[in-house]
Amino acid sequence: MEQLQQALDKRIKTVVQLEQLRQSLIDGKDTGRMAVSVCGGTACLALGAREIATAFKQEIEKREIQVKVEFKETGCQGFCARGPVVLVGPKNIFYQKVKPEDVPEIIEETILKGKIIKRLLYTDPAVKQEITYEADVPFYKKQARLIIGTNSEIDPTDIEQYIALGGYSAAAKALFQMSPEKIVDEITRSGLRGRGGGGFPTGRKWQSCRVAEGDIKYVICNGDEGDPGSYQDGSILGGNPHSVIEGMIIGAYAIGSHEGYIYVRNEYPLAVKHARIAIEQAMDYGLLGDNILGSGFSFKVTINKGGGAFVCGESSALIASLEGKVGEPKAKYVHMAEKGLWDRPSLLNNVKTWANVPLIINKGSAWYSKIGTAGSKGTMVFSLVGKINNSGLVEIPMGVTLRKMIYDIGGGIPGGKKFKAVQAGGPSGGCIPEQYLDTPVDFDELTGLGSMMGSGGMIVMDEDNCIVDVARYFIEFLKGESCGKCVPCREGLAKLSEILTRITRGEGRPEDIETMTDLGEIIHDGALCGLGRSAANPVLSTLRYFKDEYLAHINDKKCPAGVCRELIEYTIDTKKCNGCGVCARNCTTKAISGEKRKAHTINQGLCVKCGVCEDSCKFGAVVKR
Amino acid sequence: MTKYWLSSDEAVEVTDAKDTGAVHFSVDDKNVMVSGGQTIFEALQRLPGIGNIPVLCYNSSVRPYGACRLCTVEISEDGGKNFRFVAACLYPAKEGIIVKTNTDKVRKLRKGIIELLLARCPNTKIIKELAKEYGVEKPRFSLGDQNCILCGLCVRACQEIIGKSAISLVNRGIFKEVAAPFYAYELGEGCIGCGDCSYVCPTGAIAMGSNGKPVLPKVKIPFAEMGANTSKEKLPR
Repeated sequence: MEQLQQALDKRIKTVVQLEQLRQSLIDGKDTGRMAVSVCGGTACLALGAREIATAFKQEIEKREIQVKVEFKETGCQGFCARGPVVLVGPKNIFYQKVKPEDVPEIIEETILKGKIIKRLLYTDPAVKQEITYEADVPFYKKQARLIIGTNSEIDPTDIEQYIALGGYSAAAKALFQMSPEKIVDEITRSGLRGRGGGGFPTGRKWQSCRVAEGDIKYVICNGDEGDPGSYQDGSILGGNPHSVIEGMIIGAYAIGSHEGYIYVRNEYPLAVKHARIAIEQAMDYGLLGDNILGSGFSFKVTINKGGGAFVCGESSALIASLEGKVGEPKAKYVHMAEKGLWDRPSLLNNVKTWANVPLIINKGSAWYSKIGTAGSKGTMVFSLVGKINNSGLVEIPMGVTLRKMIYDIGGGIPGGKKFKAVQAGGPSGGCIPEQYLDTPVDFDELTGLGSMMGSGGMIVMDEDNCIVDVARYFIEFLKGESCGKCVPCREGLAKLSEILTRITRGEGRPEDIETMTDLGEIIHDGALCGLGRSAANPVLSTLRYFKDEYLAHINDKKCPAGVCRELIEYTIDTKKCNGCGVCARNCTTKAISGEKRKAHTINQGLCVKCGVCEDSCKFGAVVKR
Repeated sequence: MTKYWLSSDEAVEVTDAKDTGAVHFSVDDKNVMVSGGQTIFEALQRLPGIGNIPVLCYNSSVRPYGACRLCTVEISEDGGKNFRFVAACLYPAKEGIIVKTNTDKVRKLRKGIIELLLARCPNTKIIKELAKEYGVEKPRFSLGDQNCILCGLCVRACQEIIGKSAISLVNRGIFKEVAAPFYAYELGEGCIGCGDCSYVCPTGAIAMGSNGKPVLPKVKIPFAEMGANTSKEKLPR
């Protein structure tokens, strides 16, 4: 009963009350107070952020400086390569690769004495200079962090922090100052396109769902991000869940829906947990539920955890899964906006699309449409991973070139290696080679290159990656994730994978390239859903740009990148080998022999090509061919 | 007056009446008029000889599913400027669309699908006949030895006609197969032994067993096709 009373007390009943709460939160904030925020994103957690957070809490308690120091654990701040990341406010001193034992020093020196600990600063490799503040780090400086920027500023489990930053003001504006038509019009004019991959104009989708007949309509958030190497949706839902919920409230009001679902992968425990807490808090504060802010509009959101099928990110399969059926796609000849969940009009958008909505409503479509290119507006959040120095979440305005993203923000390729290709758009995207690095990143440009925007995965590959092996990996993934409903995708991918595996084993045949091209066409033209239609992209795009590498595998039985085991050979350079014997001791199959202080040799019959000899040789005498 | 074809060699001339609920479109350069609310394939069932669309996963008694993709046709919604592939068994017959059921592109796609099906089921009669019709001699891929093409007709018949749902499609990708609840191959009490599944099966993959219940086709995945997603439980039984 007491709890119920408390919950009722928090309820915000009018817009005025919301603004009063916001003002009191801002006024109540001691501006001179130091703030420590530890990144609690998945990558930083894996690197030990939880221990750091605990250490901070204990240290602050021990020294009894709670009044002076505000501590928070935020969602993913984006610079995953440098995790665990700690920001010391108010000016946001950027400490990277922090260890729990650094915590007392940070408190003692930085927080209490205002001194900067040089050892923990980020050094810009380009100019070899330490950088003190987050805003000056090139990785952050060159981005436009409209969506994920808030991640660094708030504790996702505290709705008040979101409100203090202006949260739910867009929902209030939409509910009280705008008609549903006006909202849809605003979204249409902003030029926002679906961030889940298809790039369908969001406004048009909203409009057709708004005018669709039906008294019950649904709003759905697609958080079933399953591409290898992509984690932006999970990071937004886990780091700033209220922005997504606020977007959904606005969308629901615009189309006249009272029920929403967030479909999120169960493999994102943090996103599930934080979204759940966010919904509970929004209910408590009267921002979800009946009669939101006294507007008379009611809307509630339910979380649905996905079982981990990649195909359930496809909208019709997602809806089948929500209905409790097998996650198989259906033909979308009638749009979801007219006949979706339980055959009722449903508005389904990606996490990032929803997170964009409050921004557009608050700042206006005119402001939003100034960002980006002619056909693609706004920013896009990418997860930049693979052979890249600064792997992490990157948000850039549409139209920034791949080169800028990879070299200026991403910091280039580690170890001075040569860039080879970037796989954009997840597994069913395509590889983009070096000659197209100056292409501006937007929906149409990437599609034109045989790749796609997808959900925003960017996997960078260097000269050590074998392109055939990469294609084989992605096809293998898609083969396992194909739902198996339609023949071209199910059978075609299995056969493609078979052929690619054969080629990487040195059993390629001259006719394989034609067969794969044919298969690619059949899959593209014949498959039922978006996953199937784009599934051959990894092969088709690599055949388009890296045909020579395929031919080297097939005709010369060589793997130029030295990846495919069956096609490489380790030998010892007799001039460089001084006979130290380290390689022979490390060789697991005893394939290396030779007298002491004399050049050794590798018995090819025994060699399993594990590469231990190459790694252990300090003189570079082991050669891979 | 417009000429509408009723079958391959019979046409009538009628004055277009408004608000009849009829849709008018063209199939292989012949104007046709059908009542609305049908799919392209359903509409063509009533117009003998017009269009050439093979199907494996379609049966008029159950809802269309769109799995075999053999009924793929080319359609244009902008008067012939742009054509795209759609499944005729699912695509609604819409006013003014242009349908091409037998172009070179369509035949090439169907040929490819049949080649894939023949690789899966090299000894199945209906697939072999289709292969002959579309000029597939020998698939360029490794051959399986199955009968089941996973069209889902048995599952849909059991659910929609019999109302039992004693069988279902389980697993995904190339591991997909027909099984009873909880991944059982022996049918339990849920099955009434009506034999509908066996009757609708286009490839004859389901036979009725001596106990009066259907014997489900077990998918045997050759080791060569096993990928990273294989867990131990999924090894061939």
